[in-house]
Amino acid sequence: MLQLISLISSWAIPIMITFIPLYAYTRKVPVYESFVEGAKDGFGTAIAIIPHLVGMMVAISVFRASGALDYFMGFIAPLLQGFGVPAEVLPLGLLRPLTGTGSLAYTTELIRTHGPDSLIGLIASTIQGSTDTTLYVLTVYFGAVGIRNGRYALKVGLFSDIVGFIAAIVICMIVFG
Amino acid sequence: MINLIWLAMIVIGFLFAAVNGRMDELTAAVFDGAKNGVTVSFGLISVLVFWLGIMRIAEDAGLLQKIAKLLGPVVAFLFPDVPRGHPAIGYILSNMSANLLGLGNAATPMGIKAMQELQTLNPNKDTATPAMCTLLALNTASITLIPATLIAIRLTYGSTDPAGIVGTTLAATAVATLAAIAADRLCRRLALLRRPPEPPSADLKDSTLRTGPLSYPSAKG
Repeated sequence: MLQLISLISSWAIPIMITFIPLYAYTRKVPVYESFVEGAKDGFGTAIAIIPHLVGMMVAISVFRASGALDYFMGFIAPLLQGFGVPAEVLPLGLLRPLTGTGSLAYTTELIRTHGPDSLIGLIASTIQGSTDTTLYVLTVYFGAVGIRNGRYALKVGLFSDIVGFIAAIVICMIVFG
Repeated sequence: MINLIWLAMIVIGFLFAAVNGRMDELTAAVFDGAKNGVTVSFGLISVLVFWLGIMRIAEDAGLLQKIAKLLGPVVAFLFPDVPRGHPAIGYILSNMSANLLGLGNAATPMGIKAMQELQTLNPNKDTATPAMCTLLALNTASITLIPATLIAIRLTYGSTDPAGIVGTTLAATAVATLAAIAADRLCRRLALLRRPPEPPSADLKDSTLRTGPLSYPSAKG
C-alpha cells in the first residue's frame, strides 16, 4: 500500500505533464500556444504577491528576532505539560501557522536530537505533516487576487491548526505511547 | 483581524527587542524578512508560470470541466454558491488532489488559479466570498496522504520505519479537515445572519471576462 502511494507520488507529475498535452492535442488544441497563453499569468501573479509576502515575512522575522516567539513558546510549554505531553513539541504549535521553514527546521532539530522513532520525533513529524502554514497560505492566496478583507478565513484556519495540533498529539500518544 | 495580528507582531517584537536589548537584531530582521519575502515570491515564478501553462492546456482541452462534472456532488456540497460547470471547480479539484498527493509545488499555482476564478464571481472585489474562505480552510487544514518531506527527513536520520507516520498524519489531517469544514460552515451561517442578504453573487458578465487580463491588487492595496 505504502509502496503504491509513493509510486503514485513520484509518477503523478510526469504523467500529468505528458497526458494533459497529449489529450489536448487529440482535441485539436494548439498545445504550445495554449501553454504560453496560460503561463503568461504566472509572472504577474508572482509579482502581485510580493508586497503581501514581504509584509508578512518582516512581521514574523521581527517577532522571532526580538525574542518574543521564544518567550511565548516558553510560556505555552508548561501549560500542556500537565497532560503528559512532551514539552519539546509544544512550541511547534505556535511556530507552525507562522512559518513553514521555521517549523520544519524545528521539527528536523527535534528528530535529530531525540531520534526519528522517539515519541517526540513521531509527534513532531505528525504535527508537521498534518497542519499548514496558515498565514502564508492566506497571504499568498488572498494576495494574488487582491482580497483585503478575509472575513473569517483566518479564524477558521487557525482553529483547524489547533485541532490538527491536538489531534496529532492525542493520536500519536495512543498509537505510539 | 489580519491587520491586528500584523500590527501586534511588530509592536510586541519592538517591545521585546527593547527589553532584551536586541535592537540591532531587530533591524537586521526587518531587512532579512523583506528579502525573504521577495525571494519566496521569485521562487514561485518558475512554478507558477509552468503550472498555469499546463493548466491552461487542460482547460482548453475541456479536461477541467470533465473532472468538475465527475466530482460535482462533492464540490456542490463544499461550494454551494459556485455555479456547476464553472471553471473554478476544476481548479479547486486540481488544488485538492495536488495537496492530497503532497505535490506542494503544484498545489499552490492551482489554488491561486482557483482563487482568481472565484474572484470573477465576487461582487465585492476586496472582500473574500464564502467560497474563498472554504478553499482556504481546506488548504490550511492541508489534507495530506503522503507527507513526503517528512518521510525523507526521517529516513535521513536513520528511522527504522520512516513511513510510520503516514497513518497518524492521515488521521490527524482528517480530523483537522473536518474541523475546518465545520468551522467554515458555522462562520458562513453566522456571517449570513449578521448581514442583510446580498444580491445574487454570480456575476455572469464578469465570468465571461475570465480569459482577459486578471485583476491584480492595485498599488495601493
